[in-house]
Amino acid sequence: MDPVREVEGRAYPFGLKNVDTDIIIPAHWLKTISREGLGEGAFEALRKDENNVFDRPEFAGAPIIVAGDNFGCGSSREHAAWALLDMGVKAVIAPSFSDIFSGNAFKNGILTVALPQEAIDRLMEVAETDPISIDLENQTVTTPFQDRFTFEIDPFRKHCLMEGLDEVGLTLERDSAIAGYEARQTGEMPWYAKGTALSA
Amino acid sequence: MASKPRTLYEKIWDAHLVERREDGTCLIYIDRHLVHEVTSPQAFEALRLSGRKVRRPELTLAVPDHNLPTTARLDEKGHRIPIADPQSAQQLAALESNAPEFGIRYFGATDIHQGIVHVVGPELGFSLPGATIVCGDSHTSCHGGIGALAFGIGTSEVEHVLASQTLLLTQSKTMEVRVEGELSPGVTPKDLILHIIGTIGTAGGTGHVIEYRGKVFEEMSIEGRLTVCNMSIEGGARAGLVAPDEKTFAYLKGREYAPKGEDWDRAVAYWKTLKTDEGASFDKSVVIDAATVEPTVTWGTSPEDTVSIGGEVPAPESFADPSKQKAAQASLNYMGLQPGQKMSDIEVQNVFIGSCTNSRIEDLRAAAEVLKGRSKAPGVKWAIVVPGSGLVKKQAEEEGLDKIFIEAGLEWREPGCSACLGMNPDKVPPEERCASTSNRNFVGRQGPGARTHLVSPAMAAAAAVTGKLTDVRELR
Repeated sequence: MDPVREVEGRAYPFGLKNVDTDIIIPAHWLKTISREGLGEGAFEALRKDENNVFDRPEFAGAPIIVAGDNFGCGSSREHAAWALLDMGVKAVIAPSFSDIFSGNAFKNGILTVALPQEAIDRLMEVAETDPISIDLENQTVTTPFQDRFTFEIDPFRKHCLMEGLDEVGLTLERDSAIAGYEARQTGEMPWYAKGTALSA
Repeated sequence: MASKPRTLYEKIWDAHLVERREDGTCLIYIDRHLVHEVTSPQAFEALRLSGRKVRRPELTLAVPDHNLPTTARLDEKGHRIPIADPQSAQQLAALESNAPEFGIRYFGATDIHQGIVHVVGPELGFSLPGATIVCGDSHTSCHGGIGALAFGIGTSEVEHVLASQTLLLTQSKTMEVRVEGELSPGVTPKDLILHIIGTIGTAGGTGHVIEYRGKVFEEMSIEGRLTVCNMSIEGGARAGLVAPDEKTFAYLKGREYAPKGEDWDRAVAYWKTLKTDEGASFDKSVVIDAATVEPTVTWGTSPEDTVSIGGEVPAPESFADPSKQKAAQASLNYMGLQPGQKMSDIEVQNVFIGSCTNSRIEDLRAAAEVLKGRSKAPGVKWAIVVPGSGLVKKQAEEEGLDKIFIEAGLEWREPGCSACLGMNPDKVPPEERCASTSNRNFVGRQGPGARTHLVSPAMAAAAAVTGKLTDVRELR
């Protein structure tokens, strides 16, 4: 995964609340066995409206979305993160995110930045005309108008994003700890260890 | 050693801790992993590309469900009928070859064990109390109904579990939803969970694991608990739990992958300790008076848009929050509804009884009880009943439920996710309404432009009979 340190550029002033993953990528796009090409289906239903923000020429290729509360709720489909990535989005700023979506976004190198509604209101205004800048190392969001908002991020996620680390590889390095747990469980709670190996 | 009182969630979490990192993230062991065709191809592909194997193939079970058509799967000669949609066919074929390649047990389209993953897991005893259970599907919260810590994951996490049998997680906050008193006659677990989501909102449980507590849940059947926990995600909570009890043990005993012999006795002894300690505290608590819960339906495009069947479509300005006002207006436009319309005047053209929320035997019995000796209304063009699994289908047929549905003019289908989401041929046409026992009324969820009203199985059956959203108690 490519390291993520800064995201800078135009931001779609989206603002909608409770954006579910069916809105981000409808179910009929999930029949793929690849991670690519989903940008075309991103926000498909909203894009039928000719005034939609995603097709305004000034935002073509914008790397940031500014959204409302509870972004990414609903289905666990990682296709939502892949669709955003495919349309060039590298960060979403919103008051809050669904737990599953923020995990999926993180695993694909998309920053989810949670800021209070007042900050979102201001960024929605700025995004109409000017770029926004996110600095992961200093955990700040800034605008050309001296606005400066700081955000919180899980230190482990920050480290992984900044270094572009592969989480599966990191975990597999902990093989001895995992094997130790398995040995303990097989002794103390053997019924969990059998799974489909057990048959009536 | 005197230990701090713990909640059920904290007990299961602690029992699965492989190690805690300095930053507080925890490596958590995963006991059970369910895999379906939609969210797994990219995970298997990543394993192949990196030369990684599945660490514990016997802890994963693979079943196709989302894409499968629910029409006949074998022709008259017993040959498999090909899947018409080439993309669906490709995705289903990928699972069928990935599972054996990685040594994973697979129940294919024509196997009696096939069904919706969240129906199959508990009914085979693959899902167990106190286990950590994951699946690349947000409705994995369902398995909390048997007292498992179960939650949906993304495809990168599917890959992580396949390779390491663990996940890197941060501990959630705890939330108690306590329901006091008793439900009125004719009010079902589905009505209760819709009411709960209407109360807490779709972000009410975000960051939390919910434990459902109170006599109502103790008296509720396992099927009912699975329905309630299933929709925890609609309240924003990644997982929901009901403490396991004698009902849970009776439900699981003797099932295919449930422990046997001495293992069973030891397991039950352990499962009996899986309840929230007296004095344990929750980060958040919501109390609901069961007597206030009526048969509940949705009017909008978010599962929090609930109202009792005796109620009316709300006016957007009745909401305090300006962004909710805007969302409500957009919902009404999409749903083609006016403020003040009585819910019981809303006509439906489609009825769907099925999905991981409501396709178990008890759900089908509840629908059949209403439909027995009655017929579908002329205005209802399409009404289907989709059992949750091959085993549910078989049992329903043994009980004669299929005949009741067919005689009432409904279609009796093969198991799968069906019209819950527009990934297979079962779709609701644009601008038509559907009384649906599924879990999401999102824009376009049941097909582009489809208008979904979430209801219980008994209420869906009542709507099929009258052609309108109907208080099922009036038909009794």
